[in-house]
Amino acid sequence: MSSQADYKDREFLAVIGDEATPLTQDSVTGLLLAGIGHITTGAEAKKNFLVVDNKTETAAIESAFDSFTERKDIGIVLINQHIADRIRHRVDSYTAAFPTVLEIPSKDHPYDPEKDSVLRRVRRLFGE
Amino acid sequence: MSGAADREAVFPTRQSLGIMKAKLKGAETGHSLLKRKSEALTNAEITRRIDEAKRKMGRVMQIAAFSLAEVSYAVGGDIGYQVQESVKSARFRIRTKQDNVSGVLLPSFESYLTEGNNDFGLTGLGKGGQQVQRCRETYARAVEALVELASLQTAFVILDEVIKVVNRRVNAIEHVIIPRTENTIKYINSELDELDREEFYRLKKVANKKQRDTAAADAEMKAKREAAEQNETDAKAQDSGPADILAGEDDDDVIF
Repeated sequence: MSSQADYKDREFLAVIGDEATPLTQDSVTGLLLAGIGHITTGAEAKKNFLVVDNKTETAAIESAFDSFTERKDIGIVLINQHIADRIRHRVDSYTAAFPTVLEIPSKDHPYDPEKDSVLRRVRRLFGE
Repeated sequence: MSGAADREAVFPTRQSLGIMKAKLKGAETGHSLLKRKSEALTNAEITRRIDEAKRKMGRVMQIAAFSLAEVSYAVGGDIGYQVQESVKSARFRIRTKQDNVSGVLLPSFESYLTEGNNDFGLTGLGKGGQQVQRCRETYARAVEALVELASLQTAFVILDEVIKVVNRRVNAIEHVIIPRTENTIKYINSELDELDREEFYRLKKVANKKQRDTAAADAEMKAKREAAEQNETDAKAQDSGPADILAGEDDDDVIF
């Protein structure tokens, strides 16, 4: 199914996370501290992370999601669940194996397995 | 027959009947094998692990977020922008490898750290350096858990795809190929039966004709024989006397 060329160059993670305010800690900073951040060198520098705040438009999230899922060097796209909710139709209709879209909880928004598009597919498959 | 249209275009011969029977047998074997494969792939193991990993992820991320909060207090402000600005090259990377699960190639991610690559050397230099370091480790562990989960999820997505394909094949064999082949066999059988009946009728006709012919020939022969016999008796009646030489009149004496 997936050929060798489809994933062997995928070595980065991408993240779409919420904003940092003095009171709520964002996911992006922590993940960047862990060292997943990468800015491609070349003609146009592309970041592999997007910080979303209340003012960020849904269209911007969608375009970031699309660009991350289209990039050939990204293996895993991490997205905060409440942000995924804002583009839920996009996440639900994303079915490719690569890159993997992983919904992660944020501090203010605990993880809800019912919303996760992959877990819902799991449930559907086994008819639970 | 309603299924007459749904059969393969073959000539109703004994040879194609043999071919169709072999095909039906093959389809049934394939069906049972594919069904077993589908059942083997649809084991609940992987989904249970995904479920578990997702729940574990919730806890890990909570701990990580807490350690980031510690950093925030220690540094005494928001380090988000500072961190975002100093990002250059990824230290934490992933590589993919393949596992083979019942004939399906499943990729899995593996995380690794590149050496000598530290974008955040100056973060928390003023104060809170220790907390920053601890936070980095915590998050690195969290990301490892995430990567593990992502592998499971990718495996699941691919398996899901494969299961769908296999099930589609199972259904195609069960609902299309087997009925069609059965229809074809039925069709060939009925045609062959029809031919047999035709042949039987023809043979009967031929036999009848032959019987009639022989009867006619017999009658003719009989008539001929009778006629011959009649002739014979007639001839006998005509020259009945001379048969017996002794009984005849006395011959003239022979004088030498």
